Amino acid sequence: MTHLSKAKKSLLALACLSTITLVGCGGSSSSMMPTPAPTPVPTYEYEVTVTNITSNQPLSPITLVTHKDDYTPFTVGMPSDAALELLAESGDNSQVLAITTIIDQASDSAPLGPGGSYSHTLETKDTTLNLSILSMLVNTNDAFTGLNSHDLTSYAVGDMKSFKLNVYDSGTEANTETAATIPGPATMGMGEGFNAARDDIIDLVTMHQGVVSQDDGLTDSVLNASHRFDNFVAKVSIKRIK
Amino acid sequence: MNNKKKLLTTSIASLIALTGFSTSAAELTIKVTNLTHGIAFTPLLVASHDSDTHLFESGVAASVALQKMAEGGSIADLSAQIDAASGHKTENPNMGLLMPGTTTPEFMHDSMNDTHLSLTAMLLPTNDGFAGLDSWKIPSEAGTYTILVNAYDAGTEANNELYVMGAGMPGQIGIPAVPTGTVGTNGTGLSTEDNNKMIHIHPGNIGDDMADGGKSDLDNKVHRWLNPVLKVTVTVK
Repeated sequence: MTHLSKAKKSLLALACLSTITLVGCGGSSSSMMPTPAPTPVPTYEYEVTVTNITSNQPLSPITLVTHKDDYTPFTVGMPSDAALELLAESGDNSQVLAITTIIDQASDSAPLGPGGSYSHTLETKDTTLNLSILSMLVNTNDAFTGLNSHDLTSYAVGDMKSFKLNVYDSGTEANTETAATIPGPATMGMGEGFNAARDDIIDLVTMHQGVVSQDDGLTDSVLNASHRFDNFVAKVSIKRIK
Repeated sequence: MNNKKKLLTTSIASLIALTGFSTSAAELTIKVTNLTHGIAFTPLLVASHDSDTHLFESGVAASVALQKMAEGGSIADLSAQIDAASGHKTENPNMGLLMPGTTTPEFMHDSMNDTHLSLTAMLLPTNDGFAGLDSWKIPSEAGTYTILVNAYDAGTEANNELYVMGAGMPGQIGIPAVPTGTVGTNGTGLSTEDNNKMIHIHPGNIGDDMADGGKSDLDNKVHRWLNPVLKVTVTVK
């Protein structure tokens, strides 16, 4: 009886010890406790190219994100989330990239000028993902373009699809076009970008109506005819290369 | 044994009936989204019909029925045309104006043996702008289909962009209602004549930045749009 009890005790002590060892030693315990080599997780690659096809609207750093159905960057008829508001008003994608349900991400390092292209190979560990693309038209109050939750599931290696992107209004800032409110080169970057106030005529994402410009009758506008745009504003191609 | 055989025959018969049903008649579930930032739509007319029927055709002069819809939002005459052509219709599924960024409730449209689907609604505020889907072929394959719809000009009224309350009947010039933004006053008027009197892609509202005076009674920051203006989502069962 006593003997058994002792054995139990020592077993308990041993268990405690190994817990401590595991916790305390972390990664370096591999020499003591050989672990099976991890099965390599296969990776997949998608080459994404975005081209700015506007007249004079640089696109804020192109933002590529993959995600499941638990994230939707925007929905026409619904209010923008705070991350999209920041991106659409100032071009700052930091809050979008910080969204926890995003799986893979990439961002261009600088705005993409008219006629320019940005190519990036996205490496993923999953083929059942959605790809979204976001970017602000920087010579506007809160216009953005994007590819919304495009399903990559059906892509076989070598498959390529292309799209043209429309312009949306985040519904978070009135389209005054004044120098104080446009952050892009039209104001040498002097205009305010993000402002938490939501003063648009409706607090909903819709398609954009285009900018008016001073040349077309909006006296207070800092924009000129070259800043006007129509759908579409960007060309996208997606190719699965691995 | 006999009973079993009979049962089998019955189920085959109903299977055939079911198959026949799904290929010859389609129950459609439809919803329509206003994609614009500052334009409202008058009551929608959604109609299914044969391949020879059109509510409108681009490049062709508008019927008086189409003109009544495009200038004043009245769908009664277009609706009667669909009845006369033995088509099927759903009128005003949103029970009123469809405001910017909003979507109609999902509604059922039984297209019976009809092969094509069309849709119209007037854009407010415009003189004779309308969104139109002309004879979309109803797919036989079950699935959800998205159709983007552009804005047309009926070619029946000059786009003077002056607000004249209730001026919706053919012959009355003016924008009958301005449900969004703020309407200006004392505009001098833009166009005095439609250059293209056939149905064409709408050149868009111009507006101006003067609440009082200027050429237009519309607001150039609010009342412009870019195509497409409506998104139609059709589910074929």
